Formats: sequence, structure tokens, C-alpha cells
Amino acid sequence: MTVQTESPFTAILQEARRRWDSLTAGDHPWIRIGTGLAGEAAGGFEVVAAVKVALDQHQVTANVSEVGTLGLCFAEPLLDVQAPNGPRVFYSRVTPELAERIVREHVAGGNPLTEHAIGYLGERGQAPSGIPHLEDHPMMALQQRVALRNAGHIDPSDLYQYVANGGYSALNKALTEMTAEDTLGEVRTSGLRGRGGAAFPAGVKWGFLAGNPDPNKYILCNCEEGDPGAFNDRGIMESDPATVVEGITIAGYACNANRGYIFIRHGHNQPIDRTRAVIEQAYDLGLLGQNILGTDFSFDLEVALTGDSYVSGEETALMEAIEGKRSMPRYRPPFPAQVGVFGRPSNINNVKTLAYVPEIVARGGAWFAGIGTQPDRDNGINGSSGTAILCLSGDITYTGLIEVPLGMTLRQILFDMAGGVPNGKAMKVLQTGGPLGGVLSASDANLDLVLDFDVFRAAGAILGSGGIIVADEDTCVVDLTRNLIAFCQYESCGKCFPCRMGMSHLLEVLERISNLEGTEEDLSLMRNIGENMQAGSLCGHGQLGFNPVSSALRYFGHEFDAHIREKRHTGDCPDQVFSPRLTRR
Amino acid sequence: MDETTLQLIDRAVNDQPQSTVTVLSSLLAVEDAIGYIPTEAAEAVAARMDATVNDVWAVATFYPNFRFDPPTDLRVEVCWGPSCHVMGATAVIAAAQEAMGLSDEGDTPDGKATLRYNTCLGACAHAPVMAINHHLAGRITPDSARSKIAEALATNSAH
Repeated sequence: MTVQTESPFTAILQEARRRWDSLTAGDHPWIRIGTGLAGEAAGGFEVVAAVKVALDQHQVTANVSEVGTLGLCFAEPLLDVQAPNGPRVFYSRVTPELAERIVREHVAGGNPLTEHAIGYLGERGQAPSGIPHLEDHPMMALQQRVALRNAGHIDPSDLYQYVANGGYSALNKALTEMTAEDTLGEVRTSGLRGRGGAAFPAGVKWGFLAGNPDPNKYILCNCEEGDPGAFNDRGIMESDPATVVEGITIAGYACNANRGYIFIRHGHNQPIDRTRAVIEQAYDLGLLGQNILGTDFSFDLEVALTGDSYVSGEETALMEAIEGKRSMPRYRPPFPAQVGVFGRPSNINNVKTLAYVPEIVARGGAWFAGIGTQPDRDNGINGSSGTAILCLSGDITYTGLIEVPLGMTLRQILFDMAGGVPNGKAMKVLQTGGPLGGVLSASDANLDLVLDFDVFRAAGAILGSGGIIVADEDTCVVDLTRNLIAFCQYESCGKCFPCRMGMSHLLEVLERISNLEGTEEDLSLMRNIGENMQAGSLCGHGQLGFNPVSSALRYFGHEFDAHIREKRHTGDCPDQVFSPRLTRR
Repeated sequence: MDETTLQLIDRAVNDQPQSTVTVLSSLLAVEDAIGYIPTEAAEAVAARMDATVNDVWAVATFYPNFRFDPPTDLRVEVCWGPSCHVMGATAVIAAAQEAMGLSDEGDTPDGKATLRYNTCLGACAHAPVMAINHHLAGRITPDSARSKIAEALATNSAH
């Protein structure tokens, strides 16, 4: 007869649930305040301070947590109040003064401030009349949150809150019920494609590492998110870093790797501090380190920081930076799965890719494969499974971070969800996939593009990092293109001269055209530079660096013509432009 | 260089909590501790990492976040990335320069404040964004940039 002993995970789960119940159904209300980067920019920390002062002043006891972002960045700072067993009532654009009133009237007095509430979450009909359900907000209604399932809901620095909401059940399942091969098989079945830009199938990439017999292998997580207009990696790391920590650990198990790094840019404090906090707790609870959950599997994980360098997001440059060097790309072969960081086999994944992994293992690869677009190989469509995590910024009514099933159209996202362009202006430009992505026109054809890696590529854009910057009719495309190339020029690491010189030359030409001093020859000159950059650069920075210009010429050629031939501007061109002088030496 | 600064450098380089210690991690630790990389720090990093001082300078000069002379008391950063550019960053940069008496990024002539252009401060949904001593502020207008900088300069000189 066997004696049933309590598994290590059961004990953690019980403690997590006890703590969660005491927060949501204990003796005191729970106040959560968004203090991610967007929350901070909107004044979130001032609201936290004001709440604490007001609680003292009115002598009320409440639990106060800083959370990441719910994604409704336009409404930050968001603050919500949950009475024990009650719904969460959310207030938007909270000022310190409003925070004091909320504490006085709602937390202490029990009367929600209906006129300031943006919505509530919880069982329908639970909230006072006059407050809509938050899931009926256009920005929320069409979302399907997998990687963002906990964002804005849990304290990102508290691993128990992650566990109480289903966290680590996937790692427990993998370690106790599945072999490493089974686990890798689920990721293959899911069809998950890398979310860093190249969209390479993650299961295939993991297979390269799993097949390497070296006893020391690394899983690297890339949160070096330098793309302006993309803040989803940092959004995940500041809202729910534990899902990424669990994802890396599962990847380590599937690939038989024993070490990992999460790579974040120095100075991005919320992602760094919160990730470090959950890693420390994971060690304390036996979810990292030697013999995880009492099994034979051991895995070590730490945060590595980079200096300011966009190119260090490139996989081999990232390995150079982890080793503490200048982050310049390496020659390939050898590929990272053979010779990676510190000379060991390595596998690099974007934050978003790893954030899906726990749910894929918990629910099965087939579940994930059922979300998104199906293959249509005759037309070059390989199928894009799962969701897209998009960052909306620029001239758009609702800015923020959303997660939607792949297969939706840009029109649904930009108009049905994000409310279109404010002030009655027309939408003109969509800049997608970071500075190396395309400049698309907001034409009917482009708005009808479905979110799919291959469909976007065919349209001359990258879905990649998920940033979508919207610009209205006042924007001059030549000026925007100049800004994008100024960024690419500043961030070129300098290793390959076609990129280093090409970017500088392109910027020179674009400045000339912006100043109405361009000539007919400049268009062919730029194409010539672009072809050389593409042919002669080691990494995507130079290879894709001409994309902003080529797509701008494809969709807005007439604006370049207007500058060159008619010597007139095509929007509000600033009369001064600024580019950094301090640069790489 | 005073004894206290040397001690701060020594502690930053030699007491790093993480298990992977590199030239870059050591330089970042020094920057966090004293705000710049003096020659003494480069030498300390070289000694700890068994590298040459040349190797250390090669890394330090690659990353534009490092500076090599003592920092000013007030660091103003304005984002010039495309989201912020579309939302009017150019006018914000011009206003920040005017408020600080500068015509480009860099230190003010009195050595009290620094203006930096930043490629992305990470709060694109609140563009245009600026940061004063690493504290983010979003939806900045030229007027709010001027008043925030004036307020910060006044607070700093009151100390």
C-alpha cells in the first residue's frame, strides 16, 4: 500500500489560495493601482502616495497593491477598489485629489463615485447601477488574453498571487506528468511562432537546442525592447513577470537546459525590480534552483542588464552583451544552438513567446493552435496561431496594450477597439513592427489586412514586435520616415559598414528631401544604398533598415514627389529637427 | 578623487549581488552608484574582470548611457522616438532647450542640469514623454515641459 504524501506544489498552492482569499474576501477592501511605465507617466506613484496618506487620515484599513498595466493605458492612472467579496470598481485618470475622495467616499463610506468610474469587473449585475462592465468597453470587448491574463490583476512582485491564479500548474504538470519530449511536443503542436520579429516556429527552434548533448545549455529571454512604439515586452515584465519565469523554466525542461537569463535594458526599473522579486521567491519556494518541486530537474535563472543599445536585441549581439561586451552581432554559423552565450548552446526567445508557454502546456498545444489563422500554403501563408499582443500609440483615441486573436483585421483593432483618430481627423499612416518595420498607408486595403505574420510580410510590413503607431492627416510621411531613419542611424552598432555608412547616408538624403532640396536622383540613390545595406549587413538592423523608406515610397511616393518636384511640404513638417549628437564610438 | 567616491566605486564593482559579473555589469553598477565612469572606476573594473583598461573603455564608450564626468543634479530626458515624434516631441524638445538655455543636448553652461534625447522611455501610450531624474511624465506639451523644468531647477537650487 502506498502512502499518499502531499506534493510540494500542493503546499504552495494552498498557501497561495489562502493569501488570495484574504485579499479578495477577507476583512478589508483591496485597492490596486497601476504603476507600470504608463501608470508612472500618468502620475501613478503620486496616486499611491495620496492613497496611503488618505487611508491614514481617515483611519481606514485597506490592502494596497501596485499592479502592472491592464492595458487601458489611455485611462492611467487606473485605480480600483474591491470590497471583500465584491466587484472591482475601476477609476480612470485618477489624480491625487480624486484618490483622496475615493478613499473617503468609496473605501471608508462604501459609496462608489459612479461619475468617475470607467467600469467594474466581477459577476455581472454586482456593481451599483450606472457603472458599465469593463469587459463591455470597446478596448476590452474583443480581447482574448492569454499572455496578458494576469496583467493588471495581480501584484507582479508577489509569486503567490500568480500561483493563486493558476500559475505554476503548468510546470508542475510538465515535471510530474510529462517527459521533456512530451513538453516540446506540445509546443510544436501549438504552432507557436516567435514573437520577436522573425516569426520562426518556436518548437522547431527549441528542438535544435534539445538535440544538443552538451550538459550546459542556456535559455535566454529577450526583453531588450528598444522599439519605440512597442512596450508589450516591458508591459508583460512589469505586470506579470512570473508567467515568463515559469515559461523559461518549462523551456529549460523541454530542452534539457540548466541555466537562463532574462535580458532587460538598464534603467527600466519596474520590469527589472519586479522580475528580480519573483525570481527570488521562486528560488525560496523551490520553483527554481536545485531539484525543482522535488524532481531531478534543476534550473538557474537571473536577470542580465544591457546598456542603451537597440541592436543588443539581436540574438547574437544579446549574447555579447550578456558576456559584458560591446553588443555587436556575431557571424553565423555557428548558430546559437551550437555556440551561444559563453560558448554554450543557447536558445533565445522573445518575452511574449515565453509568456504563452505556461498556458500552452496547461491547456495543450491543440488549444493554442485553434486560435488564430490557418495555413494556406498555396498562397505562402503558413498559419499564425495564438494571439497578437499589440501596442497602440500615436493619433488614436484609446492608446494601450491589447491582446487579440490573430486573424482580426487592422480595421477592427483601430476603429472598433481603439476608437479611431480623435478630433474628427482622418487616419493616414500606420507604422508597424518598430523602426525597421513599414510605413503603411491607412488605405482600405491595408485596414483590411488580417493580423498574420505572412500577410503582413507580403504587404511590406512586419507584425513583429506588435507596435502600431497611428498618424493622422497632418503628419508628413517624409518627416516621419526621416525620424525613423534617424533612429536607425543612431542605433546602428557600427560593425558592418553598409549599415553604419548607409544609415548616415540615407539620413542625409532624407534631410535634404525634407528641406525641399532633394533631387530626382535622390530616389534611386536611396534604393541603391538600401540594396547595399540589405546585401552587406550581418543582422536585421542593416538588412531591414531600408524598410521604412521602401514602404514609404511604395505607399506615399507622391509625398516624396511633392517635396522633390513641387518643392512643397505634405503635412505639418517641424521646422527644426533634433537628432542625438552623443553616439557610439 | 575623494575617499568616499573611491569606496563607492570599490563596493559597486566588488559587491555585485548577481552571479554573472561582467565588464558591462560592473560599469552599470558604478553608474548606478556615482552616476559616471571615472578613470579610477575603469581601472577597478579592469582589475576585477582581469581585463585591460582599454577593453573596459571599449565597452563603456559603446553604450551612450555612460558619461565620463560627474553628473549634474538634474537630468532631463525627452523622447524623440516615432510615437513621441508623431505626437509633437519636436516642439517639446525645443521648449526644453529654451527652458534650459541650450541649443542641443548636453549640460547647461552652469553645470547644474543635463538635457538628453532618449530613443524610447517606454510609455508610448502617453506620448510625448519626458523624464526628470528618471521619473516619467507623459502627454507633455511645450508649456508643461517648460514649467516642469523650471520647477525642477528651482527645487534643485533651493537645496
